[in-house]
Amino acid sequence: MPTYVGMPSFPKAARTAVADSQLRHNLTHATHTIRAKRAGAIAELDDWEQLRQAAKVIKDHTLANLDTYLLRLEENVTKAGGHVHWARDAAEANAIVATLVRQAKADRVVKVKSMATQEIGLNEALAANGIQAIETDLAELIVQLDHDLPSHILVPAIHKNRAEIRDIFRREMPDAPPGLTDDPAQLAAAARTHLRQEFLKATVGISGANFAIADTGSLVVVESEGNGRMCVTLPETLISVVGIEKILPSWRDLEVFLALLPRSSTAERMNPYTSIWTGVSDQDGPKAFHLVLVDNGRTASLADRTGRQALRCIRCSACLNVCPVYERTGGHAYGSPYPGPIGAIISPQLRGLESAADRSLPFASTLCGACYEVCPVAINIPEALVHLRAKVKHTMTERTVFHLSGLVLQSPRKLAAAQRFASASRKIVARSGRIRRLPPPMSGWTDTRDAPAPPPESFRAWWARTRGGKR
Amino acid sequence: MTLAREHILARIRAANGPGGAVSAAAVDSAYGAIPRDYLRAHHDPARHDILALFADRAADYRAVVERVLEPDIPAAIARALTGRGASVRGQTAGATAPVRFAAPAGLPPAWLGDLQAGTEMAGDEPPMTSAELDAIAGVVTGCAVAIAETGTIILDHGPGQGRRALSLVPDFHLVVVRADQVAADLPDAFARLTPARPHTLISGPSATSDIELIRVEGVHGPRTLHILLSL
Repeated sequence: MPTYVGMPSFPKAARTAVADSQLRHNLTHATHTIRAKRAGAIAELDDWEQLRQAAKVIKDHTLANLDTYLLRLEENVTKAGGHVHWARDAAEANAIVATLVRQAKADRVVKVKSMATQEIGLNEALAANGIQAIETDLAELIVQLDHDLPSHILVPAIHKNRAEIRDIFRREMPDAPPGLTDDPAQLAAAARTHLRQEFLKATVGISGANFAIADTGSLVVVESEGNGRMCVTLPETLISVVGIEKILPSWRDLEVFLALLPRSSTAERMNPYTSIWTGVSDQDGPKAFHLVLVDNGRTASLADRTGRQALRCIRCSACLNVCPVYERTGGHAYGSPYPGPIGAIISPQLRGLESAADRSLPFASTLCGACYEVCPVAINIPEALVHLRAKVKHTMTERTVFHLSGLVLQSPRKLAAAQRFASASRKIVARSGRIRRLPPPMSGWTDTRDAPAPPPESFRAWWARTRGGKR
Repeated sequence: MTLAREHILARIRAANGPGGAVSAAAVDSAYGAIPRDYLRAHHDPARHDILALFADRAADYRAVVERVLEPDIPAAIARALTGRGASVRGQTAGATAPVRFAAPAGLPPAWLGDLQAGTEMAGDEPPMTSAELDAIAGVVTGCAVAIAETGTIILDHGPGQGRRALSLVPDFHLVVVRADQVAADLPDAFARLTPARPHTLISGPSATSDIELIRVEGVHGPRTLHILLSL
């Protein structure tokens, strides 16, 4: 998975984001709107908790028997006339897709919004092969036209308000109608006109899948706009790029997951459109269907007993919408296609804890637990965050600081001396009232955390001077 | 590629440990033992008017819902198409030409027996090209199943429903739902379907929440969904 180029660690990126008042306004407005609606959609069902528990158990059972179910899926997709490909990592997946597109003699493909293809950087890989990928989801289109990055799992352009979107359309969409206003209905109509010819002439469609059903070989794409239906129906060739954890054992499981997903993500009883297909059908839809199953770090996550629960995720984004941290920083600060609380546990697991950005993500949380409460598959995100925090290797500076702290805290005399030293240094290290960035080697401490400035006088010094305020 | 497949399967088996390597039958029996304590239906058909619920929920998502008696279906279809034709013509000043709609093979012929002047019907045999489909003003289909709880109709693209593109490209979808096709909730609906067929679940006209998370109807799919619920 790409770390967005030049991505700083979370605290640095968050600082810039929090200072952007327009961004904060847009995010507060959008997340608060959806929060209230989601609560209403869920309150309608008396058995929400039972559905949630069933989903959790179904996913855990599937993960525990993932080899059996993947082989069953492969067998059934193949039986229905589809082709199954396996990719260990992003590079293999991208190479498979590029080869398939070239075999179909296409230099343009239409795409349904898909987190898996974001994760593997498919659009960039196709561009390097001379193939243009056209995003057809409205929010993905906005982000693509603006040469921006997605900031939300479900609504990649959540950081833009309607006026900004109108400006992007006017600037980047040659066929935008003159006099286009910022009315969302007009903006949606402009996107319809803009993409219609692309759909009609496309020969290759690329999708992800929300679910892959092992016992029937069926793929399921859940969407709202109809761009998904266009992409999986009109082209001659359909390529679906799907993470190996998207599998469900049986057709029947849709009765659980289609009850949970729409209410959790868009707060609807049911999303406007869901397409389900099994291989290829005579006289209906694509003549060739390819399923690319992607590992890309998932088996590493599976090997972690606590971390593997993240593989239950159905990408609803409810956890982003309730997160007090996400609400203030937005998605870009997470430096990954997967932002928010779930991103903070998925990204470091899929990419490893190598970069400063990934090492900082498990700390990008207050552990308030709102994410766990709304998660439709009951992923205990705070538990996974704490688990990952323990796995982050501390820098030499951090280890030295911890060691010295141990020594200082053993002796009241040493502590008092250290406090005097800290108070004396506050003017140098914390001009703005907080310690933000220290030069190396102390940057090993401040790269991933802020610290309050030491007070001018410690409590102990104050007590000694005033006897608790009596003098 | 075989290499990648074996590699991934081996990593999964290693991650799951020795407990993971059991027979397919053991996996199936573990699956069968998963507790499903959720309700089979949130509105019990024995105590609720499921058809009224379906009509309400579909209308809640801005579908036009009309309840008609079975013998009145042809007249209701004729009326809906004439109305739609007038509004299509209204967008083109001075136009008087007939407006072309499409119907798939297998639709009960009587349903199209009452069509009024100005409404023209096209078939889809041989299949129209995408460009030809794009010139069609709307489509009339039946459906396979409907879900009352969510206001959803499900097409399995069998006889009378047409291939998937037919009910997707035109901007207007008129769909007839028979009372006996309405399932109370998801479990009953999915049990009625044949997984091998292609399926489209439709809940209202196409919509988006992509601008400020506010729902707006009408993007790429049909912008008007008109449901005739036949009693």
